[in-house]
Amino acid sequence: MSTVAESHNSHHEHHGAKGIKRWLYTTNHKDIGTLYLIFSLTMFLIGGAMAMVIRAELFQPGLQLVDPHFFNQMTTVHGLIMVFGAVMPAFTGLANWMVPMMIGAPDMALPRMNNWSFWILPFAFAILLLSLFMEGGGPAFGWTFYAPLSTTYSNDNTALFVFAVHIMGISSIMGAINVIVTIVNLRAPGMTWMKLPLFVWTWLITAFLLIAVMPVLAGAVTMVLTDKYFGTSFFDAAGGGDPVMFQHIFWFFGHPEVYIMILPAFGIISTIIPTFSRKKLFGYASMVYATSSIALLSFIVWAHHMFTTGMPLAGELFFMYATMLISVPTGVKVFNWVATMWRGSISFEVPMLFAIAFIVLFTLGGFSGLMLAITPADFQYHDTYFVVAHFHYVLVTGAIFSIMAAAYYWLPKWTGHMYNITLAKWHFWLSLVSVNVLFFPMHFVGLAGMPRRIPDYALQFADFNAIISIGGFAFGLSQLLFVLVVYKCAKGGESVPNKVWDGAEGLEWEVPSPAPYHTFSTPPEVK
Amino acid sequence: MEKYENYYVPEQSHWPIVGAVAMFLIAAGAGLTVMQLSSEASSGQYVLYAGLGILFYMLYGWIKNVIHESQTGLYSKQMDRSFRQGMSWFIFSEVMFFCAFFGALFYARVLSVPWLGGEGNNAMTNEVLWPAFEAAWPLLSTPAGETTQAMGWEGLPLINTLILLSSSVTIHFAHVAIEKDQRAKVKLFLGATVMLGCIFLALQVLEYIHAYRDLDLTLQAGIYGNTFFMLTGFHGMHVTLGTVLLLIVLLRIFKGHLDSKQHFAFQAAAWYWHFVDVVWLCLFVFVYVL
Repeated sequence: MSTVAESHNSHHEHHGAKGIKRWLYTTNHKDIGTLYLIFSLTMFLIGGAMAMVIRAELFQPGLQLVDPHFFNQMTTVHGLIMVFGAVMPAFTGLANWMVPMMIGAPDMALPRMNNWSFWILPFAFAILLLSLFMEGGGPAFGWTFYAPLSTTYSNDNTALFVFAVHIMGISSIMGAINVIVTIVNLRAPGMTWMKLPLFVWTWLITAFLLIAVMPVLAGAVTMVLTDKYFGTSFFDAAGGGDPVMFQHIFWFFGHPEVYIMILPAFGIISTIIPTFSRKKLFGYASMVYATSSIALLSFIVWAHHMFTTGMPLAGELFFMYATMLISVPTGVKVFNWVATMWRGSISFEVPMLFAIAFIVLFTLGGFSGLMLAITPADFQYHDTYFVVAHFHYVLVTGAIFSIMAAAYYWLPKWTGHMYNITLAKWHFWLSLVSVNVLFFPMHFVGLAGMPRRIPDYALQFADFNAIISIGGFAFGLSQLLFVLVVYKCAKGGESVPNKVWDGAEGLEWEVPSPAPYHTFSTPPEVK
Repeated sequence: MEKYENYYVPEQSHWPIVGAVAMFLIAAGAGLTVMQLSSEASSGQYVLYAGLGILFYMLYGWIKNVIHESQTGLYSKQMDRSFRQGMSWFIFSEVMFFCAFFGALFYARVLSVPWLGGEGNNAMTNEVLWPAFEAAWPLLSTPAGETTQAMGWEGLPLINTLILLSSSVTIHFAHVAIEKDQRAKVKLFLGATVMLGCIFLALQVLEYIHAYRDLDLTLQAGIYGNTFFMLTGFHGMHVTLGTVLLLIVLLRIFKGHLDSKQHFAFQAAAWYWHFVDVVWLCLFVFVYVL
């Protein structure tokens, strides 16, 4: 490792331009990773504020605070921001920071394109957010923008939404190409495929999914654009098209997209659990194969989002069974994590707390997914709060918790400081309790028939909704603690050694903390 | 693994942020332009043009920069592989973009149009909503009563197919020639490919004029016209981009760049050209012939 130590000493001063220009012109994977992470956190807070508006309106039955059209804009933009602005950029940020360090690469394979793929994102969201303030308002058709809501019945500003989504897609595709090429081409000598850290494996597969489906999303928004403004009838039966076709195209993108938001989370959990169990990951190879199977299956299950559209029976059955098949590789993963912890010397540091919460709560979200996969049962659950509960369990206590876990795991490596553990634990416990107060009762109101995306509800749901809203406000406020922890950690704190966690493994722990500006200008030898 | 070579990590660059501003203006401008289609206002257009202007400035500068780096020998074999893999994945993403539109075409032909005609358990859909509608492909009369004529595959489309196929052959000869450093041959065949690309585009314009003038086949003419123009239109845009890429490579060849050892730019443009060809073959079969 002596080569490594030399190389970063000599490169330490190579920051180039200072101040704002450093961030605008940067080609450094760590700078770009930081930008992605800060952007994602900002979007998380903005999208969260919109969720607070939704929960405030739903605190009591009846129309209370906002008018229904604005409520629709809030549900729509909350979804779009959380998916494309918070979760995906957070994972891309983590990939930027960690993938080159984990595989012993000098940087990302295409550093300038890396910068470009980040910097178009804030602009895309600027367009999306500005449309909220224009006459007629922003998109109000749900983040899934089903036709004809997004075509016949949408407001005139829909074109801005379409082009904003185009830019988000271009950004994701460029980011994914960069990750995939980095992993395939820039691994250090000796870093063979089956030695890759699982976070790298899961990101490799995620990047493949991104390149495969983001262009399909681009196709879908393009057809919405031409249907709305140029007189085509892709989604209009009067011209020979079909509104249901929109759903097919959208969910062909949408279902792999769901795994895009969870596979890197699997990678993070597979990194953290062994560290704090002080054992090797149980079933490394099966984890790789399980991840690949999940990715492949994700292409043949899309219509389980559409059981109530009147598909032919054969279609309903096929998509039901294909969907249930996914629980096999997912189960393999969950059992592997549990088996890793079995008889380990477990300690409960903050990242481990989030990781364990992830395993329990993500599995819960998986189970409600299994319920939704049963076609006849889905006829009952479709478009109710049960669905909202399901996907918030997999996305908030799944994806977001894994991102929190990752942040607490690698923050000392990024900043060179240990964060305030007491505050971080407060953040964890408050989040854990409030997130369940927030989402668990949604199962009950959903099963009882409360529809999603509606600003008012029947009186019998009032008490549960009040509880849900209180949970929501508590969860929202708890996240400010996270901002405080990160801010304080960036400013200073107790210095940490190279290897921050004693059970940690991987190349990233062999470089100093904070990680030098350029790592591995000469690739390390991996034994 | 092979011997270690230095992987060139470029210094800071201002091109990406210029490109990001360009993309912002293009997206906002295109959005506003589309929104203003039915009104007098035209402010969006200027934003769009400004964005496109900045984009071309950025592309010019960035590509110039990259060519300079390549000429000064900063790129290693490993970097060349990065470029090649990056280009391959980019083409894969383009394939998936076309898949969305081919998917729409197949869905309409196999499912939605027959269903509207009463197939399967949809007899009442037809009876109640559009009793006069009969399913057929090409869909010359929509449920709403819009009529059009079909574009035959004989004539221009067939000629265009032959043109693109022969351009695939010429680019292949150019590739063989560059690997043997036969520069005159490269110029000849690459120039021929660019010419064929331009002829294809010109004929495509004629075909569109024919469709609009004589056949009443427009973008608005129901799902047949929609898929016809969206698929051929996006293909045409890709041919345009491919031709521009080949032209840049040709100019570089004239300047003495690229040789048998290092010709990623040539390779990338050629791959892109083959991709555009394959898409056309699918188009010819599924949009025109069948």
